[in-house]
Amino acid sequence: MPRKILTGNHTVAEAVKLARVQVIAAYPITPQTTIVEKLAEMVEHGEIEAKMIRVESEHSALAAVYGAAAGGARAFTATSSHGLLYMHEVVWWAAASRLPLVMAVVTRAIGPPWNIHVSHEDIMDQRDTGWIISMAEDNQEVLDLVLQAFRISEDERVYLPAMVGLDGFLLSHTAMPVDVPEQEVVDSWLPPRLPRPYVIEPGSGVIMGNIPPDEAFYRMRHSMQRAMYNAKRVIEEVDEEYYKMTGRRYGGLVEFYRCDDAKYVVVLMGTWAGNAKEAADRLRERGIPVGVARIRYVRPFPRERLREKLLGMKGVMVFDRSVSMGRGGPLHAEVVEALEAKPSIMGVVAGVGGVDVGVRDFEKLVEDFVKKVEEEGRVYVNDYWYGV
Amino acid sequence: MIEEYRFHGRGGQGAVTAARLLVGAAHREGRYGQAFPHFGAERRGAPVVAFARISDRPIRVHEQVREPDVVVVLDPTLFKLVNVLEGLREGGVLVVNSKEDPGIQGPYKVFIVDATGIALSLGLRVAGWPVVNTSILGAVVKATGSVSLDSVVDEIKSNWPGRMGEANAQAAKLAYEKAVRVR
Repeated sequence: MPRKILTGNHTVAEAVKLARVQVIAAYPITPQTTIVEKLAEMVEHGEIEAKMIRVESEHSALAAVYGAAAGGARAFTATSSHGLLYMHEVVWWAAASRLPLVMAVVTRAIGPPWNIHVSHEDIMDQRDTGWIISMAEDNQEVLDLVLQAFRISEDERVYLPAMVGLDGFLLSHTAMPVDVPEQEVVDSWLPPRLPRPYVIEPGSGVIMGNIPPDEAFYRMRHSMQRAMYNAKRVIEEVDEEYYKMTGRRYGGLVEFYRCDDAKYVVVLMGTWAGNAKEAADRLRERGIPVGVARIRYVRPFPRERLREKLLGMKGVMVFDRSVSMGRGGPLHAEVVEALEAKPSIMGVVAGVGGVDVGVRDFEKLVEDFVKKVEEEGRVYVNDYWYGV
Repeated sequence: MIEEYRFHGRGGQGAVTAARLLVGAAHREGRYGQAFPHFGAERRGAPVVAFARISDRPIRVHEQVREPDVVVVLDPTLFKLVNVLEGLREGGVLVVNSKEDPGIQGPYKVFIVDATGIALSLGLRVAGWPVVNTSILGAVVKATGSVSLDSVVDEIKSNWPGRMGEANAQAAKLAYEKAVRVR
């Protein structure tokens, strides 16, 4: 397996090539642009046999790959921030049409004021749409998640589109080593897409987007929810299969790092999990038993897995890189619900708009939290804004 | 042990590419690394910062380099605009593209090289601007010894096949020869 030094965005392009995607449409937006640039170059050089559709907006980009997916093609798009918001209507449309396709979301703040840096508001804004939503920690996982996303999205128990989130600049523009599997290995595991769940083609009739009875609409939404629950199992299975193929596995919906003997756990998602793990190691050297639960899939949400592991913890700290105005960090809210607020729980809103949150920041925040829990016995903080 | 680098340049000089080439060279020696830019609203000519980390073990930390072991300055006029020494560790290395001793005070090792002169002598320009990233890398190799000149040359040649690669590799070699320690 050749190891290359790749930015996160070029890693996405490599994965799309390995997945033998047939139709690509995307509109440039920082920090996503170099994904579509690289793919355009690959198409131009004949390295990938895909049709590149040039479009005038993100709304059209997703509409184009949606059409391609409805026609039976394996399709891909990518965007960020305002681009993702602009395509939001089609995001819903694609999921409720039960079409398999994959979109890379390079996470970035939403203006105003203008900001091109990492923040999770854009991807967290998609939670209710019916897409599978994953988040990577490093570029290796970006490659692995993109390949797995096609497998999961095209699984007959799922048939929902999938987003792969990677942090703007922290991954998208950071070059690091990535093991790129051989094409034959990927081919044997990810065969061409089957003409399922349905294919719109001349000569055969499929009715799409008609006005059904309200009860039918309601039942269709229920079947999406069931598919999401199925996806939990499919994601764990795919993680195992992928391990057999590449020797890499991440734990499925959530990665637990040093949680087995921990009393305190940090919950978060994305690149800064690496900083949290480093901080956990340093705190353990000082006798504070800390672990990290890294959310890999926001949807479907790993509620049961979190309960199994974290219900008995003394304290849980949830770091959100976005905020639901008027409530707090969205991950925090979901963790509080999953754990019935049994452990001490502190929500931290940090890193929003690209603010750098490093190892020492995690060390300090976790240490302060542990002290507070040890002193007061029971702590509940809804949304602490670090450094404000 | 992670070695941490900070590159100061102006948009268009190739600071980001310099960081990436350095990591690529380390990778050729079986080590791990990461290279990344810090982007504000910079455009060509504006001050930019790029970072690199090199280690014998995989790197999972993702934050800006706050206390670099090595600071590389691609444009000496930046001294007036930016505190390039910020956070530089005691005993750390400063590599400056300059014909003259910049007169830095403090517990640092300072190296200079005329990277602009070398780039111009080899016709390395983009949109009229001298691109000094490959020359400065030769000086970084001399100053730190962290990666070998051969690895840097190989990385440059694989990055730009053909004549471009040859000229850039030559720039790194010349800078390696000409870089001198002034403090």
